[in-house]
Amino acid sequence: MSKDNQILEELTSSEYKYGFETLIENDSAPKGINEDIIRFISAKKEEPEWMLELRLKAYRHWITLEEPTWPNVHYPKINFQDIIYYSAPKPRKELQSLDEVDPELLETFKKLGISLEEQKRLSGVAVDAVIDSVSVKTTFKKTLGELGIIFCSFSEAVREHPDLIKKYLGSVVPMTDNYYATLNSAVFTDGSFCYIPKGVRCPMELSTYFRINASGTGQFERTLIVADEGSYVSYLEGCTAPQRDENQLHAAVVEIYTETNAEVKYSTVQNWYPGSKEGKGGIYNFVTKRGLCKGNNSKISWTQVETGSAITWKYPSCILKGDNSVGEFYSVAVTNNYQQADTGSKMIHLGKNTNSTIISKGISAGKSQNSYRGLVKIHKRAENARNFSQCDSLLMGDKCGAHTFPYIEIDNSSAKVEHEATTSKIGEDQIFYCNQRGIDTENAVALIVNGYAKEVLNKLPMEFAVEAQKLLALTLEGSVG
Amino acid sequence: MLKIKNLHASVAGQQILKGINLEIKAGEVHAIMGPNGSGKSTLASVLAGREEYEVTEGEVEFLGKNILDLSPEDRAREGLFLAFQYPVEIPGVSSNNFLRTALNQIRQYKGLEPMDAVHFLKRMKEKMSLVEIDQKLINRSLNEGFSGGEKKRNEIFQMAMLEPKLAILDETDSGLDIDALRIVANGVNKLKSKDNATIVVTHYQRLLDYIVPDFVHVLYKGRIVKSGDKSLAMELEDKGYDWIKVDVDGVVS
Repeated sequence: MSKDNQILEELTSSEYKYGFETLIENDSAPKGINEDIIRFISAKKEEPEWMLELRLKAYRHWITLEEPTWPNVHYPKINFQDIIYYSAPKPRKELQSLDEVDPELLETFKKLGISLEEQKRLSGVAVDAVIDSVSVKTTFKKTLGELGIIFCSFSEAVREHPDLIKKYLGSVVPMTDNYYATLNSAVFTDGSFCYIPKGVRCPMELSTYFRINASGTGQFERTLIVADEGSYVSYLEGCTAPQRDENQLHAAVVEIYTETNAEVKYSTVQNWYPGSKEGKGGIYNFVTKRGLCKGNNSKISWTQVETGSAITWKYPSCILKGDNSVGEFYSVAVTNNYQQADTGSKMIHLGKNTNSTIISKGISAGKSQNSYRGLVKIHKRAENARNFSQCDSLLMGDKCGAHTFPYIEIDNSSAKVEHEATTSKIGEDQIFYCNQRGIDTENAVALIVNGYAKEVLNKLPMEFAVEAQKLLALTLEGSVG
Repeated sequence: MLKIKNLHASVAGQQILKGINLEIKAGEVHAIMGPNGSGKSTLASVLAGREEYEVTEGEVEFLGKNILDLSPEDRAREGLFLAFQYPVEIPGVSSNNFLRTALNQIRQYKGLEPMDAVHFLKRMKEKMSLVEIDQKLINRSLNEGFSGGEKKRNEIFQMAMLEPKLAILDETDSGLDIDALRIVANGVNKLKSKDNATIVVTHYQRLLDYIVPDFVHVLYKGRIVKSGDKSLAMELEDKGYDWIKVDVDGVVS
């Protein structure tokens, strides 16, 4: 080979290399936040002008706000100029078989009882044609399409269904709602949109599992669910698999809107990276979730199992505007090691004969801090409103903390509001009793904790419940004895 | 089956057992009696492996193995069962789930496959009728809100399900009315075989009217001070424990 040829080859390959890098740079924004970054995000998403205007408006409001300090959590101040606000999903390395996957991850999958095919999907192994997720998605989309149900990524919805987005976006969580919701409104990168037309009962659980572009959704996720008159949908968020996302800050917004006689059931299993055993790293999960029971006789039900994140800060809430509307909140929040959670619910009763239920089960282990914070507000026009709240705390060991901050504001004397709270400890007596029957301590803790959280776990859809149970046990593994 | 040699044990630094010697063979029923605070329940807890109790001296051999080195769950898996004086409540956990977990962990220890749902439910039904326990009780959360009698009956039901080699009944008669006592005793008697053994720990003789012991031992101040057959229990019922105390304290001091 001539020398010239060799040089030529070197040159071309290095050129290719640089070209490639430039391409990557183009696909993510530089660190920090300003109006240009927001324009960049909007342009990347090929958004219409009105969407960009909304984002800019949110940003201009956000810079006037102060970061809230009232939650019972402690962390170093976040440098918002040190965050990358847009990064296109990284193409995952396609693995050929499960042998190439981190054995520790596989071990966890096994403990969670996730099927082999599911394991492949989650760890990014190519799945063979028969159960190809594309075909699953296709049949799925067809069934939904025939019923007029819209279920797509948020970006797609902005392009394809602008009227619905314009009408409902920010109708439940206004852009100016709170520090993190406002930030989200400015910089959200993607999420899900779901619309159930009049009188349609969605025949399957809708889950981010099936959603196109499900992987690689950003740290600022936006979800909007609209249930038109007389419709019903059960929506599942999250994945029980231990995906380790290293993003520090997650500030998602979820809005649910129900018209007359509509019902939405929203279930979450949150398992973000909780940080190391020594409390290093982990996700800050600062989420705004709210539902508006706009129409009479409508119903919104939140069920959450929270085991992940270094810091969780969220209060899925219901505004009961329609007469006879119903709001429910069922929660299990587990904290271990150095995790901190400040979570609960708000039930705002505006309509007559509105009814709300809050069942919160906190579990603290290690050196973690777990707070329930809730508000029940009965407006002066809300005749015959009724609320039942039950907040239980379970402590494991003597270095963790459980706190309860229930707020009740009643402006109508016909209201009936009940609040019950208990604090208990996993007793050595209980564990010894199980041991004496041949059950080891790990399984004993799993039994006791799942028994304690049963009321909430029972509200989860079947497949989800089984995984959530195992997840609880996994999270608390090694925290006793 | 069980050989206890010179067993000393303390709890929170206080010596409770001061040299227990006892041998139990398959097919036998032993009653351990004694006044309050004599160490009866301590003995039961030490055998089961309760952590707060420290064995300071002596040996315990169960089916040829030194069990003092085994964890409580492994002792249980080897076939040692303790019917608790105060059974513990576990809210939200059904008897079904609890026993299935226990049974399968025991089976796993022995290298057996987990028992499938059909066989498990069959065994549940069988044993429920054997110890005369109501399905309604089994469906509820384990021991939660059970009356004293219901808890004790549930202990015997668990014993029936797990089929231990050696069952220790710790004050199983306390808090039972006469009908409950009869049902519990009946259950224990039905479970008795030539291959297993029972230790009945009790303060009163009345349980021994129903569960007839082969041997009766009197525990006092951490030692077995008198052993005999059923007639010893009768004697205690008539005369109380004072004559034994005088006997022992006289000798000791």
